Formats: sequence, C-alpha cells, structure tokens
Amino acid sequence: MNPTLVRWLQAPSVILLLVWMIVPLSMTIYFSTIRYNLLYPERTGFIGLDNYRFFATDPSFGPALINTLVLVGSVLVITIVLGLAISILIDRPFRGRGIARVMLISPFFIMPTVSALVWKNMLMDPNNGLFAAFSKSFGLEPVEWLAQYPLFSIILMVSWQWTPFAILIFMTSLQSQDQEQKEAATLDGAGFWSQFWNLTLPHLARPISIVLLIQMIFHLSIFAEIFVTTSGGPGVSSTNLTYLIYIQSQQAFDVGVASAGGVFAIILANIVALFLIRAVGKTLTV
Amino acid sequence: MTDRQRQIWIDRAAVTAAWIAALVFFFPIFWMVLTSLKTEGQAIQVPPLLIFEPTLENYLEIQERTNYFKFAMNSVITAFGGTLLALLIAIPSAYSMAFNTTHRTKDVLMWMLSTKMLPAVGVMMPIYFLAQKFDLFDTRTLLVVIYAMMNLPIVMLILFNYFREIPKEILEASRMDGTSTFNEIRQIVLPLAWGGIASTALLSIILCWNEAFWSIVLTTTDASTLTAFVASFQAPEGLFWAKVSAVSTLACAPIVVFGWMAQKQLVQGLTFGAVK
Repeated sequence: MNPTLVRWLQAPSVILLLVWMIVPLSMTIYFSTIRYNLLYPERTGFIGLDNYRFFATDPSFGPALINTLVLVGSVLVITIVLGLAISILIDRPFRGRGIARVMLISPFFIMPTVSALVWKNMLMDPNNGLFAAFSKSFGLEPVEWLAQYPLFSIILMVSWQWTPFAILIFMTSLQSQDQEQKEAATLDGAGFWSQFWNLTLPHLARPISIVLLIQMIFHLSIFAEIFVTTSGGPGVSSTNLTYLIYIQSQQAFDVGVASAGGVFAIILANIVALFLIRAVGKTLTV
Repeated sequence: MTDRQRQIWIDRAAVTAAWIAALVFFFPIFWMVLTSLKTEGQAIQVPPLLIFEPTLENYLEIQERTNYFKFAMNSVITAFGGTLLALLIAIPSAYSMAFNTTHRTKDVLMWMLSTKMLPAVGVMMPIYFLAQKFDLFDTRTLLVVIYAMMNLPIVMLILFNYFREIPKEILEASRMDGTSTFNEIRQIVLPLAWGGIASTALLSIILCWNEAFWSIVLTTTDASTLTAFVASFQAPEGLFWAKVSAVSTLACAPIVVFGWMAQKQLVQGLTFGAVK
C-alpha cells in the first residue's frame, strides 16, 4: 500500500477519536474555570479555581470520596478472592461443567439497571423480599438493607455482577496453564497450597493485575446501581464521586462546579489508566 | 486412606462447592424469571411462592400497556447502529495498521485505548450542551454516535489483533496479480477475518445494550433504551414486581445468550487483548 492511502485509511479513526477526546475535555476544563449556573445566567466570568474550591469544600465531597474508595476497594477484594477460588474449583473435568460455567458468568451480562432492581425489590425489600422472608423464618427482624447498610448493599450488587467477570478471565487463563508441570508437582508431593503459591498464582499474576485495573476504571464511575436503588442516600451515605457530580449538574444546575468535579474524576481515572495502559502495552506485540 | 482416595474426595468436595457457587450466582436471575411468571399478587406474597401455576399474562400486558416495543427498538437500533458505525470506521484503519505496522502503531493504539479511560461523568456537561446545540438531545442518532466512539478503541484493538493473524504471503500474492486495495479487502481480508469481525461486533453490541449512564442522562422519552426504561421503574409507584421482572427478562435474555456465545472474544476484548 502506498503511504498516502495508509494515511487516508487511518485518518478517520484517529481524527474522530481526537475530536471525541479534545473537544469535550477542553470544554470541561473551560467550564470549570468560569461562573456557570443555569439558574443564574447573569453571573458570568472567569473565576480561576473557585469552582474546584467549592467542589472540594462541599460537605458531601469528603464522604463521597471515601465512599468511592471503599466501594472500589471492597468490590476488588471480593471479586478477586471469590473469582480466584471459584475459577480454581471449576478448573477440573466434571459432568455439567459447561452448565455450571454458564450459570457462573451470566450475572455479568445482566444490564446494571435490571440487576439493581432485582436486588432492591425481590431480594432486599424489607417487607416482601426474599432476604426478609429468610430472616422471618428464623424468627429475626428483617434487615432494611438499603436504609441501614446502603453502601454495603451496593457493594454486594456490584460484586455479584463483577465476580463473574473475574471468573471468566481467570478461567480462560487457567486453561492455558501447563498441566504437565502441575502433574509433575503433584507427583513430587506438592500439596494444594504449595502448588497454588508456586504455580497457579504466578501464572495468574498478569490476568489478576489486568482484572484489578479494568475493574477500577469501571467501578470509579459506578452510576446506574446507585441511581436506581438508593439515589445516593440516606443522606450521602452511598453517594460516590460520579453520583455527586451528577447531582451537582442535575439538581443544583451548577455547570461550573460539576465540571470541576468532572476534571477531578478524570484525574483520578487517569492515575489508574496510566498503570493499565502500561500493563496492556507490555502484552501488545507489534 | 490412600492418596488416590484422598484426591477423589477433594475433587468431589470441589465439584460440590462449584455447584453451590453456580447456584448462588445464578439464583437472582432464576428468581427474576420465576417472578415474571407469577401474578402481581403472588409476586409479593410472604413467604415467597416456589410452586404456583405459571402465567404469561405479564408478558402480554407489558406489550399492551407500556411502550416496551418502542424502547426495545431503541435498544436494537442504538446497539446495532453504534456497532456498525464503529466497525465502518475501524475496519479500514485496523487493516492498514495491521499490514503497515510502523514504530508508531503501538503508540497510536495505546493512545486510542486511553481515550476509553475518560470517565463519562467528566465530559457529561459538554456532551449535554453539544447535544442541545445540534438539536440531538433525546435522539437515537446521538446515542449511536456516542456508542460508536465509546467502543471504537476496543473494536480497533481486537480487529488489529485479528488482522495480524492473516498471513502476509496471501496478500503479497494477490498484489502480484495486481488486485486493487479495495478488492483486496473485500475478496481476501474480509472473508478471512469474518469470524473475528462478527465476534467483535457481538462484544460491541453487548457493551452498547447494557450501557446505562448516557442513556439515562441524554434521553427523556423518545430515544430511551431498555436500560433507561428499566431505570424508570425505580419509583415506588412502579412497584409491579411481576411486570418489572417480565420486562427485565425480555431485556436481558438476548444479551445473556450473546454473552454465552462470545465468551472467548469477550475475554480478549474486555482485557484489551492482554488475556487470550
């Protein structure tokens, strides 16, 4: 192919992605430095970092940041540990393995708003939900999950959706593990844990780091689950950064402050992205 | 107990544990489908009913009393439209990158992936205003464009990996025969990469179908997809569990089946090609 043609073929994707990135990004940065509230259109002008100061000193900001970190951290621990355990459990031949696999990964394909509604109503509802029925059958008071443990409830829902993702990745990766090496280790009398630490875990090191980073990117911007179940409440007890920014724009109509929050979210995501891109880059052979 | 016997017991315990895990994880889906087959009264009965006479009434009623069909069509159009647009942009680019790899190719691909890391909420306001300005707010066109751009980096990367597996010798032979580039793509590359393209499309459709942020923020009524429609049931007055379950089951069924079919490509696509 001649170089001109190559350039013409590559131009659309590069230019479109560049526009898709640069235009909204620079607009967000611009909005974040001006007075811009839809309720007070007469107030305008450059105000430097005031929007950032306002966003960061908002009493909801601290809790939202902590909630974000707790949410991401807990889901990561739960999904990685459960994902490892379950993928090792099913990494052996048995009858019905295909069906068990399909059952295990299905939650990942359920749309987030559906999973949120199923958990909120059918499982966690304190009056008619299944969990409440369980509690009552043991003579206990039903728990009002979303009111008493809102963040924990959301962690549970998100973990239910994302453990299957970890299982899917680890399962695929385990299939490429050297079986002869494992058999040799077994013959040498290596027990389960010694095999796990010395063979399986090193083999899974890269998939684990990739799963960690990808989940971080997705979980930093969890939205639908909160939107459908708790609306960030009670109070701000289940508000994360994404939801806080959404509230700033949709309820306070403060474009400036919401944009400052947006820039903050972008920076946070980019710290993670830096590591992810590096990890992915190592595996891409060009 | 001999080692052999011990191994058998461990295997049995592991298989039992695996089945328990599978049942636990699948249970909410099973319960959703089960609830969709109950009457509204049965759905909220305490203690919950396990054995009852199933009815398809909810499925009929949501077709008659809600705009289910409209939202389903919106989902189909935006998911397939976004995927098609992404493929149209990505195929020529990925193709030329795969067969004319330079020292910059990797950087370009990594940069493309990095645009995927931009959190949606960070660019929410600009997209919102641009949509208003171009009169695209609450239109399917807008969602098609956003979904295409959202998935373009992943589509590029997977296609690039597929195209690279096509042996270069075949292309060189055809060039010797004087085939034009257009015919080269159409007659040689596409047939060989067809499987790869199809599964890439499947992954992209899944991601579009389940997308919830943009569809909630950028649509109100006309262009709302199923994710946004289901989200509208969050209000207390929407508490018709059996009907919500029927809507949810219909909304999820095709994608769950797609997901089972595309497991392998999903792994590759979701890990940006790092796990195969």
